[in-house]
Amino acid sequence: MSQLRRTMLYVPGNNAGMIRDAGIYSADCIMFDLEDSVAPSEKDGARFLVYEALTCLEYPGKELLVRVNALESEYGPEDLEAIVRTGKAVIRLPKTESAQDVLDCEREIARIEKSAGLAPGSTKMMAAVETAAGVLSAREIAAASKRLVGIAIGAEDYVTDLKTSRSPEGIELYFGRSMVLLAARAAGIDALDTVFSDINDEEGFRREVAYIKQLGFDGKSVINPRQIQPVHDIFTPTQEEIQRSIAVIEALEDAKSKGMGVASLNGKMVDKPIEDRARRVLSFARAVGALGREE
Amino acid sequence: MVIEKTSIAGTLESSDIMITIAPGEDGISIDLTSTVEKQFGRQIRSEIEGALREIGVTGAKVTAVDKGALDCAIRARVRAAAYRAAGEKNFPWGGAGHESAS
Amino acid sequence: MITAGELQNIPFMEELSFSDGTFRPETVQKDYRTCLQREQSNNKIIGSLEEVIHLSGLKDGMTVSFHHHFRGGDYIVNMVMDKLADMGFRDLVLAASSLTDCHAPLIRHIQNGVIRRIETSGLRGALAEAISRGLMEVPVVFRSHGGRAQAIETGVLPIDVAFLGAPSCDPFGNSNGYSRDRDNGIMCGSMGYAKCDAAYAKKTVILTNNIVPYPNAPFAIPETDVDYVVVVEKIGDPAGIMAGATRFTTNPKELLIAETACDVIEASGRFQDGFSIQMGSGGASLAVARFLREKMLAENIKASFALGGITGSIVDLHEEGLVKRILDVQSFDLRAAQSLRDNRFHQQISASYYARPGQGTAVNQLDVVVLSALEVDCDFNVNVLTGSDGVIRGAVGGHPDTAFGASVSIVVVPLVRGRIPCVVKQVSTLVTPGKTVDVIVTDRGIAVNPLRKNLIARLKEAGIHLFTIQELQAKAEDLVGIPDPIPYTDRVVGVVSYRDGSIIDVIRQIQEPRS
Repeated sequence: MSQLRRTMLYVPGNNAGMIRDAGIYSADCIMFDLEDSVAPSEKDGARFLVYEALTCLEYPGKELLVRVNALESEYGPEDLEAIVRTGKAVIRLPKTESAQDVLDCEREIARIEKSAGLAPGSTKMMAAVETAAGVLSAREIAAASKRLVGIAIGAEDYVTDLKTSRSPEGIELYFGRSMVLLAARAAGIDALDTVFSDINDEEGFRREVAYIKQLGFDGKSVINPRQIQPVHDIFTPTQEEIQRSIAVIEALEDAKSKGMGVASLNGKMVDKPIEDRARRVLSFARAVGALGREE
Repeated sequence: MVIEKTSIAGTLESSDIMITIAPGEDGISIDLTSTVEKQFGRQIRSEIEGALREIGVTGAKVTAVDKGALDCAIRARVRAAAYRAAGEKNFPWGGAGHESAS
Repeated sequence: MITAGELQNIPFMEELSFSDGTFRPETVQKDYRTCLQREQSNNKIIGSLEEVIHLSGLKDGMTVSFHHHFRGGDYIVNMVMDKLADMGFRDLVLAASSLTDCHAPLIRHIQNGVIRRIETSGLRGALAEAISRGLMEVPVVFRSHGGRAQAIETGVLPIDVAFLGAPSCDPFGNSNGYSRDRDNGIMCGSMGYAKCDAAYAKKTVILTNNIVPYPNAPFAIPETDVDYVVVVEKIGDPAGIMAGATRFTTNPKELLIAETACDVIEASGRFQDGFSIQMGSGGASLAVARFLREKMLAENIKASFALGGITGSIVDLHEEGLVKRILDVQSFDLRAAQSLRDNRFHQQISASYYARPGQGTAVNQLDVVVLSALEVDCDFNVNVLTGSDGVIRGAVGGHPDTAFGASVSIVVVPLVRGRIPCVVKQVSTLVTPGKTVDVIVTDRGIAVNPLRKNLIARLKEAGIHLFTIQELQAKAEDLVGIPDPIPYTDRVVGVVSYRDGSIIDVIRQIQEPRS
């Protein structure tokens, strides 16, 4: 099972206390932010802090990401120099508008890897689309580099770019989310959903998580540790799903052992998509610890 | 590296340390106020001095207000303040004199 | 009718015990006044604190006692000690059930020789600092709630005069930590610690700002334990006595620790219908109630009782039908106090009933206790008294009592607080012995006492990852480094007694840094 990315805990890069404690929570990934949550006058300070955290602190069992500033900004290039050289983090691009943005960043990363003696290609990337142009180019962006492990959508900026606002039902995000998801699947990488800012609206948060899970997303950014467990609960396969998947695999094994070409379960043929789905559910269930020892 | 002007880095929030660096001729002087003075005062001073020497600063007046920062945060804040105070930009990331966790 | 002469005819007179002679009618005189008239004039109310002190027979060198149910809003200790100082008393033993920040004015009385010795569960603030720096010649004696009850009841700590503040009291001394008749603004709920003192002190004085009609029943302290009542204008500050409602924490770290502690409780083999529990009053402990509730509802498990240290969150559980009875030695918030007043299944208990060493006391009926700590060491010893800087800043409370009595004792503590490690090689002051401490739950891992092999097996089987305590200590050290040791002098400023009255540790004077 590849890296779980159900939850990505967002940590402002200039906050020493949050950086120190981020690892105690159960999020699958931690994203240290050098971009929007850091004031311009503190960009250098945050860079030093995150660099030290990556090199000196342990975050066992978690994937680490750093959102760097845009390459065109005065901070981006130095962010890359520092973070790539730690060898510890996935580079999360800020606003990605085109495949070229990905390639430009990749080129810089490759140069630094070579200069630092790091294995070429060892630094992974994650793209984030936040504009109409970005969403429309999602397919090219997601396929632009082998280093990409995922593509995310950033709703606030995107919705502003569309000249509308966020609603609880989220219809304004439907197309953007779908494009990002389809692009991710076509490229074989993960699709990550945007943050939910109202920490106290637990009901609304769960609704949104259930919705994006049904759409097919692999995970969601969270801004407070309290949001982690609800996402994990909703993303965990239910016992029914697990039992059904086991039944499918057993039907297949049964058919194979009897030399039958086709397996059937409850009167329905078990074809490839059903088999794939069943295996994926069980694999995921195993990875998140939802399988009992007998299963 | 020479400290040209007074600069500050860090915050007064819990787990952080606020470092103010000003020019100084006679070596490195450190005025530390810390919530954990008794238990870690010596080590904090040592960490600040070490971080400055590592980047080639030999003369500075440092005022530090510590709220329980770990060594890595102290190092980061000292470097940020020093670079700002010296007007320098390029830190030798992953360079010599750096220890990383294996 | 019998005459004096006929007395000789009664056989076995020496065996039958009587007072002198035959009945003489002239010795009996009825009071024809109405009960209301008598209440006005024949009562135990004394005009002033000074007068009551005279009447009590208090002398230099004697022991005075106080309860701490008014917590940070207490006015009684300072008021009485100020008066005793004015009146010229010296060398008194101050036996408070606990002392806190607001008792800093006692420093002056110590310096002036009014107070020679202190017995308490805890010390905080300026008074604690001063004592850590060597203010007192005689070491302070620290006792747990159960240990203090035993000391009082066996005469090891004999109380000459108890000065007990009460939010309501009738003219004959029936006292309560609330008022049914006329609320005069002060409410503390249970008076569990005061009950002990009142029962055993040679003289008991109730100080109240609220005289209510007789009888003030049901009562916390019965009139039979009370000698004098004195009315004062103010007995305490409501804001300092209790919070309106204890707030649920939103601190993610406290929530994480609480949730982990609940997972441990669930897997411990003690989480079954009819279990019993005590939860502390710190942020993480309170949150335990919230997470436990979810599990209780999910698995249809009800608790037979909750003990403590009672907060509104426990009252909520009770009113929801999840906790059958409440045993309350101290009410931490308004909701708990109100429930104590209004609900007969919320029972007030004395410190002795709560935790006195020996069989049958409430702590011995606990399945689970959730405790906090300042420090824990690699032998599972717990320090709740002194900070990492060597200064006294806490209270023993019921910590050793409940750790001993509970089937499983769980200490919840962050691995580090700021830069201070909370899991250390050796605690600076040993208050609760490691043999009675079963599980340490931190935000960065759980450790179980190696003595509890079955518990370890249960937790592992439930999929809970365990570290050794040494691994946790090493983690703390990796994170923050090794603190420089605190320099102490040889002088002993505090003696910590274990609940059985034996000496478990001493606290030494901290050495001032050379400037």
